[in-house]
Amino acid sequence: MPMNDCTEPLLRVRGLSHRFASARDERHAVRDADLDLHAGEVVAIVGESGSGKSTLLNCIAGRIAPTQGQVHYRSAEDRWLDVHALTERQQRVLARTEWGFVEQNASEGLRLQVSAGANIGERLMGQGERHYGRLRSSAERWMQRVELDIDRIDDSPRAFSGGMRQRLQIARNLVTRPRLVLLDEPTSGLDVSVQARLLDLIRMLATRMHLCALIVTHDLGVARLLAQRTLVMRHGRIVEQGLTDRVLDDPQHPYTQLLVSSVVAP
Amino acid sequence: MNDDLAPRLSVRGLAKHFTLHLRGGVRLQVLNDTTFDVHRGECIALVGASGRGKSTLMKCLFGSYGADAGSLRFESSAGLVDIATASPQRMLELRKRDISYVSQFLRAVPRVPALDIVAQRLVDAEPAPPSDDLDDEAHERRMDEAREHARALLGRLNLPPTLWDLPPATFSGGEQQRVNVAKGFVQPARLLLLDEPTASLDAANRRVVVELIGEARSRGTAIVGIFHDEGVRDAVATRCVELGQATS
Repeated sequence: MPMNDCTEPLLRVRGLSHRFASARDERHAVRDADLDLHAGEVVAIVGESGSGKSTLLNCIAGRIAPTQGQVHYRSAEDRWLDVHALTERQQRVLARTEWGFVEQNASEGLRLQVSAGANIGERLMGQGERHYGRLRSSAERWMQRVELDIDRIDDSPRAFSGGMRQRLQIARNLVTRPRLVLLDEPTSGLDVSVQARLLDLIRMLATRMHLCALIVTHDLGVARLLAQRTLVMRHGRIVEQGLTDRVLDDPQHPYTQLLVSSVVAP
Repeated sequence: MNDDLAPRLSVRGLAKHFTLHLRGGVRLQVLNDTTFDVHRGECIALVGASGRGKSTLMKCLFGSYGADAGSLRFESSAGLVDIATASPQRMLELRKRDISYVSQFLRAVPRVPALDIVAQRLVDAEPAPPSDDLDDEAHERRMDEAREHARALLGRLNLPPTLWDLPPATFSGGEQQRVNVAKGFVQPARLLLLDEPTASLDAANRRVVVELIGEARSRGTAIVGIFHDEGVRDAVATRCVELGQATS
């Protein structure tokens, strides 16, 4: 077909496998994962607990060195970087500039001993911003965007509810306008109404900031509403991937069919 | 070939089956060698008994179902593309601008007002130029323009203005369907897929949908639809394609 097929990916994972040294048998947590991510898209990884979703996410993030395979990332300067060949320092810089990581447990992604405003300002300071007024106004703007009351800017996130902490964690990650955000079950354990608000927020940010979000979830409804594409993992393998509606409405793999048939109207 | 004579959509030998792994691998052959063309300005009504694959065909055209065999060659705004083999990225691009689908059910992100669901469809198709600021004026202006179109369309479909700023989760079936219809028609598409667009509408709103279909046709949109209401079908269809037997 004459049409030029899509844009260059932002992230490319090839032949990625990981086996934890502590694993009793030869079982791999992730096996032969291949995937591409593009700017402006939200991609979901679904599967039950123990399917390897979070391990894959951590391998992509550079937090776990995979036993085999590569993760390549196209930087803001349009250079392809081999994520696992970077030095620890380079990885850290990437993690707090061009990337974001939203933890399932928000308190692991926040600094609880400093104020909400300081949590948001930290990444900006890491990039050299020292002007107090600008840091404070950025923090206020981001609190508004994630619908946190700006009167709470000087409070410790310790005093925040789970949903508020999760929104603060998202603000903290997005303040430097990352190009790639990895989210590990960001809405699990939250009330349905808080979850809806977060989903709406993530989707809006992905569209407006043209960022790429990879979200691990066991909730097919979250994938349906948020992700243009979905990957299904089972026993460490990606058994199916494609357009979310295609994966959920016309599942090919027996496991995906089981997953889809096990929930109420995904 | 003269552009006006080349079909907008050319379906050739489309086959689709489902294997139900949870039912011992039962194989359901739903479409078998389906072939037909749709030209610009045509409205094809799919007919055939229940279970003959009308909705399945629509979902294959939208890419929600994969095709087993055959081709679905579509003249997109960026050239010819085979929907049967298009990559997910390509399919997403086509859905943004060229292909609209009005299904029977509205699926929407919670909390988004009806007006914005419709307006967002236009903004997705023609976004404001990228900006470094999330609160940029260009985007807001684009959104406001789009809301104007959305208001006009929702007004035409007699959706009470008091509902426009509310998320449609609590709307009645007919109200949700009108939001869905507005979302499907607000962006002038090259291919419009209509799955029972009037199923839960009253006579007055059915007439509005018939008018909208006529206007889309005169803009050159190619339409494929399922219309169980014979009055609507007679009013809008330029041709019927019967499934369950090969038609051209």
